[in-house]
Amino acid sequence: MTEHILRMSGITKTFPGVKALQDVNLSVRRGEIHAICGENGAGKSTLMKVLSGVYPYGEYEGEILFEGERCEFGSIRDSERAGIVIIHQELALSPQLSIAENVFLGNERAKRGLIDWNRTNYEAAELMRRVGLDENPTTAIADIGVGKQQLVEIAKALAKEVKLLILDEPTAALNDDDSAHLLDLLRGLRDEGITCVIISHKLNEVTAIADSVTIIRDGRTIETLDMAKDHVTEDRIIAGMVGRALDNRFPPHEPTIGGEALRIEDWTVYSPSQPGRKVVDGASLTLRRGEIVGLAGLMGAGRTELAMSVFGRTYGVNISGKIFKDGKPVEIRNVQDAIRHGLAYATEDRKRYGLNLIEDIKRNISAAGLQGLAKRGWVNEYEEYKVAEEFHKSMNIKAPSVDSVVGKLSGGNQQKVVLSKWILTEPDVLILDEPTRGIDVGAKYEIYTIINRLADEGKAVLVISSELPELLGLCDRVYTLSEGRITGEVPRREATQERLMHLMTKGQE
Amino acid sequence: MSSITPADVEVGAKGDGGAPRQPGRVSLGGLSLNLRSSGIYIAFALIIALFSVLTDGALLTPQNISNIIVQNSYVLILAIGMILIIIAGHIDLSVGSVVAVTGALSAVLMVNMGLPWPLALLITLVAGALIGAWQGYWIAYFGIPAFIVTLAGMLLFRALTLTVLGNQGIGPFPDQVRTLANGFTNGYLGNIGLGPLGGADLFSLLIGLVAIAGMFASQWRSRNARKGYGQTVEPMALFVLKLVAGAALILFLVVQLARFKNLPWVLVLLAVLVLAYSLMANRTVFGRQIYAIGGNLQAAVMSGVKVKSVVFWIFVNMGVLSAIAGIIFAGRLNQAGPTAGNSFELDAIAAAFIGGAAVQGGVGKVVGAITGGLIMAVINNGMSLIGSPSERVMLVKGIVLLAAVAFDVWTKRRAGVSR
Repeated sequence: MTEHILRMSGITKTFPGVKALQDVNLSVRRGEIHAICGENGAGKSTLMKVLSGVYPYGEYEGEILFEGERCEFGSIRDSERAGIVIIHQELALSPQLSIAENVFLGNERAKRGLIDWNRTNYEAAELMRRVGLDENPTTAIADIGVGKQQLVEIAKALAKEVKLLILDEPTAALNDDDSAHLLDLLRGLRDEGITCVIISHKLNEVTAIADSVTIIRDGRTIETLDMAKDHVTEDRIIAGMVGRALDNRFPPHEPTIGGEALRIEDWTVYSPSQPGRKVVDGASLTLRRGEIVGLAGLMGAGRTELAMSVFGRTYGVNISGKIFKDGKPVEIRNVQDAIRHGLAYATEDRKRYGLNLIEDIKRNISAAGLQGLAKRGWVNEYEEYKVAEEFHKSMNIKAPSVDSVVGKLSGGNQQKVVLSKWILTEPDVLILDEPTRGIDVGAKYEIYTIINRLADEGKAVLVISSELPELLGLCDRVYTLSEGRITGEVPRREATQERLMHLMTKGQE
Repeated sequence: MSSITPADVEVGAKGDGGAPRQPGRVSLGGLSLNLRSSGIYIAFALIIALFSVLTDGALLTPQNISNIIVQNSYVLILAIGMILIIIAGHIDLSVGSVVAVTGALSAVLMVNMGLPWPLALLITLVAGALIGAWQGYWIAYFGIPAFIVTLAGMLLFRALTLTVLGNQGIGPFPDQVRTLANGFTNGYLGNIGLGPLGGADLFSLLIGLVAIAGMFASQWRSRNARKGYGQTVEPMALFVLKLVAGAALILFLVVQLARFKNLPWVLVLLAVLVLAYSLMANRTVFGRQIYAIGGNLQAAVMSGVKVKSVVFWIFVNMGVLSAIAGIIFAGRLNQAGPTAGNSFELDAIAAAFIGGAAVQGGVGKVVGAITGGLIMAVINNGMSLIGSPSERVMLVKGIVLLAAVAFDVWTKRRAGVSR
């Protein structure tokens, strides 16, 4: 009872179409740093949302014991009152408010309804000292870097008298110095008696800092390891996370590569928000018909920015460079031009840029290719339905009918709708940005099959992905991008994760 | 996020491959969906029934029906333009002032300058389009929120009205314009006896029958086309029931009007506008793009929708419809006055929201907005028939608006559609 601060047992959480968590167990000892590892979409974040009350009691099955008591959290407020604070990947700070205001947001230091500013700033300074944040409490959040913002989040948690601190990918956006500082801070908090749960993809950090690790795969608990007792190494964790032979994750594919479809030369793009900063710097690449080409790069390398600036200048300013379609120079000034020249771009952020979530499947599929279903501006609704029904079958979209609202579909099925939408425009070149993000393993295989099929139809496909195994398993050739520059071009037979990673980090001094 | 009811889980189809298409479930789902989106029409029917009882049937007498239509035609015309703007996620607060300034312009052209009325009408409509283009430019191309641009427009065009009119009314209008606003079709074919109902205008009745026949034919054709494309259609009994109900409604309306003074010209105009704009919203690329913009602006941009141009043109359209409403309002009063159109924008916006438009955009129907406008019209008319003071009418209208939007938000939350 006293040894474990948290016990979650038999947690099952179902979304329409997907079982996100199935009978998951998690036990965290008091005063330890407990890591949770798993692939994208394994269910780590869902589990934390269950714990913190984002998915309230009753929407999941199973039992949560915190400090020996059964918990039935109805909201985040409930879990915070119990002493559980979660810090999400996307920081929840208000950029125009000061550090001190953010630290006490929702937890204001007030006397009879009026904010006590002296106390606010004084106590904020105290908390900032604890997390090692050397700034003035009245500085606005927008004026400090991401690393320091992360510290503000932790200070905010401390202000709530946290007993269990959950960090979701805390170092994903941080540079090495900031990461090291953050890990030191977590060790310090542990010594003060605060239990930490950390979700991380960076296994070297996990082995460096964690006392135990729980591995989750496909929505199930695989194992919990004691780092010291079990002599856990990175390879040991990977074995648990992957748990299946790598070679059957990808459908077999023999490419038939044809002539050049798209060539980009000396492509340079400046940031719209930070004047003078080059986001893409003199990038050149070539895509051929029937070929699946990968684009590898770390977060912030400029992958999405490169793709969107090519796709009708939807990102960036002062764009320069040349685009050749089928060997002829073309001018692409907007999305309509891009579609007319046979380009398609399936976004990494489906909900924001890809879909109209309140609309049904058929109207989402027809959104980009509507002109092709219309005569003199009039849409042939019957043809639209028929086409949607064809995609419903050929793409295996799991929904009762094409009249179903897209917002209710699972991630994998939403992605199939996005792909259908672009296939309908009959493109020659498809740029797929993180095509399997947030999709469960079975659906990933289906998406890979679709990508292979598109290549076999003679289309050129550019796949952008942060998962190197995916690029290695899927692509015929991989470009690496680092700080906006193309640093390498590796054919499939020569590509290894180490080689790509080396090129992806090249020039980052 | 939002709660998930067992029914939704079922709809989401568990990973069992393929899509189960049991006809029973689909039609059941379709019916429940229909109930949700048809709540507004049921509410309309209930309100009519309520006031029929409260007024001892005075609400549905021939003359009163005619009054309701003629007195509210301009707000209904505005509601058609407003619903498109609200679907796209914008708002227009200036329509009342645009009604005033276009009415004033038409008065100056026809009365002071003595231009022939068709020419004056045309110039006024062009002026309405230019006003819409002015606002559309600032909103679509310059990027100022519509709320601000049209709030400024509300002041600007009211000021312009006062300048043009020099603080006094201008009238009277030519007979033709007054007939359009206030008049009725002639009894071209004479009267016909309807037994106990007395005499009625044959021409009006024939128009009604033609409308019913048109409705039957188009519904039948669309049903067959759907079947031809392998879509599921509603059961025959339900289909026939709907048609009969629709026919009965049209017939009742036409017979009542034919017994009074024949068809009001504004009703003819309204019918044409509603039909044309419903088709435009649902069946044209332009109409679809309005929904796409309101549903997810970013996704619309990334799908190649020319967002700026679409937004610009729906404001131009609003300007033209405001000009039509302006002429009709001035013609009805036989005078263009400085306070014309006061608070019309609020009535039009309320009509759109009562009629099922979503506050965040992306949802709404032209017919819904018209129904919303008629609900308010019936409440207005019914309450004044039973002698309620105007403050009580206002109170009831406010509650109805709030309740309608609350109902919309509530059903959406229950449906579990996350945005």
